[in-house]
Amino acid sequence: MVSEGYSNVRGGLAGRRRSWMGWQFVGPFMAVFALVFLAPIAYSIYLSLFRTRLIGGTSFVGADNYLGVLQDPQFWSAFGRVALFLVVQVPIMLFLALLVALAIDSGRLYGTAFFRISVFLPYAVPAVVATLMWGFMYGTRFGLIGNINEAFGLSLPDPLSPDLVLASIGNIVTWEFVGYNMLILYSALKVVNPSLYEAAALDGAGQLRIIWAIKLPALRGALVIATIFSIIGSFQLFNEPSILKTIAPNSVTTYFTPNFYAYSLSFAGQQFNYSATVAIVMGIITMIVAYIVQLRGMRKAV
Amino acid sequence: MAITRRHALLLGAALTVSLTAAACGSGDDGSSSGAGAAAPAASAAVSDADIQKALDTGGSITVWAWEPTLKQVVADFQAKYPKVKVNLVNAGTGNDQYTALQNAIKAGSGVPDVAQVEYYALPQFALAKSVTDLATLGAGKLDGTFTPGPWSSVHVGNGIYGLPMDSGPMALFYNKEVFDKYDLKVPTTWDEYLADAEKLHQANPKAYITNDTGDAGFTTSMIWQAGGKPYAVDGTTVGIDFAEPGTQKFTGLWQKLIDGKLLAPTSSWSDAWYQGLGDGTIATLVIGAWMPANLESGVKAGAGKWRVAPMPQWEAGGRATSENGGSSLAIPEAGANKNLAYAFLKYANVDEGVQTRVDGGAFPATTAQLQDQKFQDKEFPYFGGQKVNQVLAESASQVVSGWSYLPFQVYANSIFNDTVGKAYTSSTTLQDGLKAWQDASLKYGEEQGFTVK
Repeated sequence: MVSEGYSNVRGGLAGRRRSWMGWQFVGPFMAVFALVFLAPIAYSIYLSLFRTRLIGGTSFVGADNYLGVLQDPQFWSAFGRVALFLVVQVPIMLFLALLVALAIDSGRLYGTAFFRISVFLPYAVPAVVATLMWGFMYGTRFGLIGNINEAFGLSLPDPLSPDLVLASIGNIVTWEFVGYNMLILYSALKVVNPSLYEAAALDGAGQLRIIWAIKLPALRGALVIATIFSIIGSFQLFNEPSILKTIAPNSVTTYFTPNFYAYSLSFAGQQFNYSATVAIVMGIITMIVAYIVQLRGMRKAV
Repeated sequence: MAITRRHALLLGAALTVSLTAAACGSGDDGSSSGAGAAAPAASAAVSDADIQKALDTGGSITVWAWEPTLKQVVADFQAKYPKVKVNLVNAGTGNDQYTALQNAIKAGSGVPDVAQVEYYALPQFALAKSVTDLATLGAGKLDGTFTPGPWSSVHVGNGIYGLPMDSGPMALFYNKEVFDKYDLKVPTTWDEYLADAEKLHQANPKAYITNDTGDAGFTTSMIWQAGGKPYAVDGTTVGIDFAEPGTQKFTGLWQKLIDGKLLAPTSSWSDAWYQGLGDGTIATLVIGAWMPANLESGVKAGAGKWRVAPMPQWEAGGRATSENGGSSLAIPEAGANKNLAYAFLKYANVDEGVQTRVDGGAFPATTAQLQDQKFQDKEFPYFGGQKVNQVLAESASQVVSGWSYLPFQVYANSIFNDTVGKAYTSSTTLQDGLKAWQDASLKYGEEQGFTVK
């Protein structure tokens, strides 16, 4: 809409010898964008319309794969799992990140820089390594849990049992991403004009009041962004369950998360078409949820 | 409503990440799944002279394999036939390599001339006509060269789709130190095995007779030894029946071990597993004959403690065994130089190459090597000087015949823990778990166009 108005104004002067200069600048990006972004999506959509069988080859099936996914109990159980993860783990993680960000921003801590970097450090550990490390600590026979049990004569439940494995993954993900989210929130706090704090102090506002009336409203945009990243992250959960499956094969099913389901379908079952469909359906769900959160978050901000 | 650029970027990010998983697994459109189907029948029978000619003419072949002892075989082969160049490529182990191979076959480019394929995966490739029937290259003459287990494993229908490279006849590996300490008798029957399991765990609650968290390969091998034939495969008709007597023998025993919490809840090949094998908390392994090299390299703490005994029996005095693992070399149908590829197969799996691999620690599938006096008399310091190969070679000759895997065993094995795994973590019985596995496997078979009976 903006661009239309723009071209109307310019139309009389430059309309005839239209300059391709802009496209030359954008061209390299567009080429790469089309190759690595649009082409895979288009190809996945193309794949999702066919079915290949070991006996009988490939045939066009229209929307059959989509109907199949929508009625697939394994897909919905995977979706339910990541939805539960989203509702429980993301608030805990963001709340912790918020606490840490406010604590560092309060200026009342000693060694802020050290504290900040050490909270952020887990994010620098690759997810695969982090999961291997935690997987070892979770071990009830030779791991940390086993050692604690031995030292204190306890019998803690196995964190990798089917009932607890999702919570254990939540713990790993929280450990990994609190620092990352803290950094997003902390940088949002940094741009608040200090004169607001001075004015509030002159008016006799305490720290809690300042947090409530100044800092939290200032954080709203950053919180929405962090939430959306976390939603995407939850729905994409893959590394942690896929690594833990090797040490807890009965707790992590091949359809533990939607992404892991898509992976198993194509790499173990050769069902590329159905796998592509699962990925597309999940991508659309993720878009919808992220979009709703964003609309709500932004509306409140006004 | 206008979508701002930031909206669009976030939405885009959401979509891309989720599609990446699908995109990297979808390197084929499947439209050419039968690409190789038209090729056979062109050359009815290839004579030894043709094979020799291929060697003399020379050329270059690519071999996809992860078996480490092949490296030396390739070097020797090239020294003997200077005109031949062999590119040995490790394209991944097991399933990773099969996925790459399947993708290459469907794409019709980058297909290797020779590929390592495990026995349980071979029917899948044979059925899709992705690998060559070696009978057309003269493999029919090799009857009697290999032990019965592996030789029947490379037969699918009337064709021979690979040459056996190694084999895994099962045996009982046990920690003698633990057995002596708790005064256990080396079990010759599964009843004695169960008795040992109870006695050991009672004497030391931290020690277990073995570990198991649900392993498809192990379970099928155990059913195989019990004489079970749950898989009925006839071309594209598939039947699965885990209610048959052989399977019930196995579940009857194993359910008792599970119920009594007599199995270490440790997954094979994990760090905890290697530790348990070294410190005596996992006292035995019923596993394939390829295990000695793995114990020697992975469980240094167990040196001198481990011994090998014949597999426990269902009936006293019996000698039945089964195969556990092992792989063959096959020639993809799309390969360009099949005569030369077959010459390499023969060299590596029938002729000089076999001894080279045995010297490198592999367990052969050829009767000549298995019965070789030097092979049988070799003393293993790791096993307290025991002549381990005598036990293992005897096992190789006692493999129960008539077993077959599913033509989609790779997929079936991948969902084993989704179904049978429940028997290890909940009150579901092993027999119910197997029924769920059967149903899920048949459902897949039906989706893939098989006739299910």
